Amino acid sequence: MAELNSDSGGGKKGGKVRSKKNGGRVDLTAMVDLAFLLITFFMLTTSLNKPQAMDVAMPDKNKDWNEKEPEIEIADNRSITLLLGSDNKIAWYYGQLASPITPPTVVDYSKEGIRQVLLEKKAQVPKVSGGKDLIVVIRPSDLSVQRNLVDILDEMKITDIKRYMISKIKAEEVEVLKTNGIYNDK
Amino acid sequence: MGKAKVKRASTTIDMTAMCDVSFLLLTFFVLTATARQPEVMPVDTPASTTLDKLPDDNLSVITVGNNGKVFFGVKNPEVRKLTLKNMSAKYGVGFSEEDYEKFKGLDEFGVPFKQLRALLSLENDKRTLEIQPGIPVDSTEETSNELYHWVQQARLATVEFNRDQETKVKNYQDPGPMKVAIKADAEEKYSIMNLIIETLRNQKQNKFSFVTGLRQEN
Repeated sequence: MAELNSDSGGGKKGGKVRSKKNGGRVDLTAMVDLAFLLITFFMLTTSLNKPQAMDVAMPDKNKDWNEKEPEIEIADNRSITLLLGSDNKIAWYYGQLASPITPPTVVDYSKEGIRQVLLEKKAQVPKVSGGKDLIVVIRPSDLSVQRNLVDILDEMKITDIKRYMISKIKAEEVEVLKTNGIYNDK
Repeated sequence: MGKAKVKRASTTIDMTAMCDVSFLLLTFFVLTATARQPEVMPVDTPASTTLDKLPDDNLSVITVGNNGKVFFGVKNPEVRKLTLKNMSAKYGVGFSEEDYEKFKGLDEFGVPFKQLRALLSLENDKRTLEIQPGIPVDSTEETSNELYHWVQQARLATVEFNRDQETKVKNYQDPGPMKVAIKADAEEKYSIMNLIIETLRNQKQNKFSFVTGLRQEN
């Protein structure tokens, strides 16, 4: 295909030197191919390289409380508490820990695990509380890892739960994790 | 009468213009693509289904990895320089003009403030993870919690920078307060995450983002 007009070789004196009309034209197909390939590459790497950002909002901290955050009164039948333990496991209970409606149960982060629980409770709570929606309290323990927190926040988004908060785990809840064997320091 | 000559249609198309355009675009993309500098501390972030992208500018990133090492970086080099100026006044450590210029090129760092000068004097490739022990973080608001002051001074520097730009640049759009992102390793324990979150909450930086990778819903 290349049509670089090369001089017709030998330069025989006798032969008639014919000059081609479309002189100096180079076939650019390969060059264009390459250029477009590179364009695609740079386009994709610039826009796809950006990592995702998951926005988190924490409640305002009032320093006057002096570590003792006042207990916010939540109707028992509206709140489910998720205790994030070690080994990628969650212990959840419904109601209050002292008198739970559903006692602590251990599940994992899979679709069949925590998501099933959340969806079930999301449907159940408005029926028992007169149309009010579910409140999820997330309490990561010191031995849970960042992936667990991101996963659970992600589940909130997937199951479309609007009311949730991250709060500090209590000593008695750590005990729950210990008795369920999901508070292991690796 | 001349003999009717059948013109042979050429199958080759003139690609000069196409080539011009494609190379113009190529040049554009090459120049706009910011060369990614190798990270000092590579972090394996957890995945989420979030599709929101992390902003490029007006951002500072707290990186946590390697079993609790905390690194800090401000995206905008000008704000970065202002931040160091503020910090230098706060901690009473002086820096030369050369140090400031070097700091502008430092994407992220993880040394206590006292060791920052020594870090800046090193070559770029000598600033390895081994010599950077991480920025001190604790649950107080004192000078011992250096991360607290880095974030606070970066926020103040952002305000200062934006105000300055407004007077200098016509029609400058103030991007608002600086955003904070936490880029933590998936295996990082919540105890260290809690310290960082509380550090942010103590200065009423209640909104922040977790940097995540992408995954499918299931």
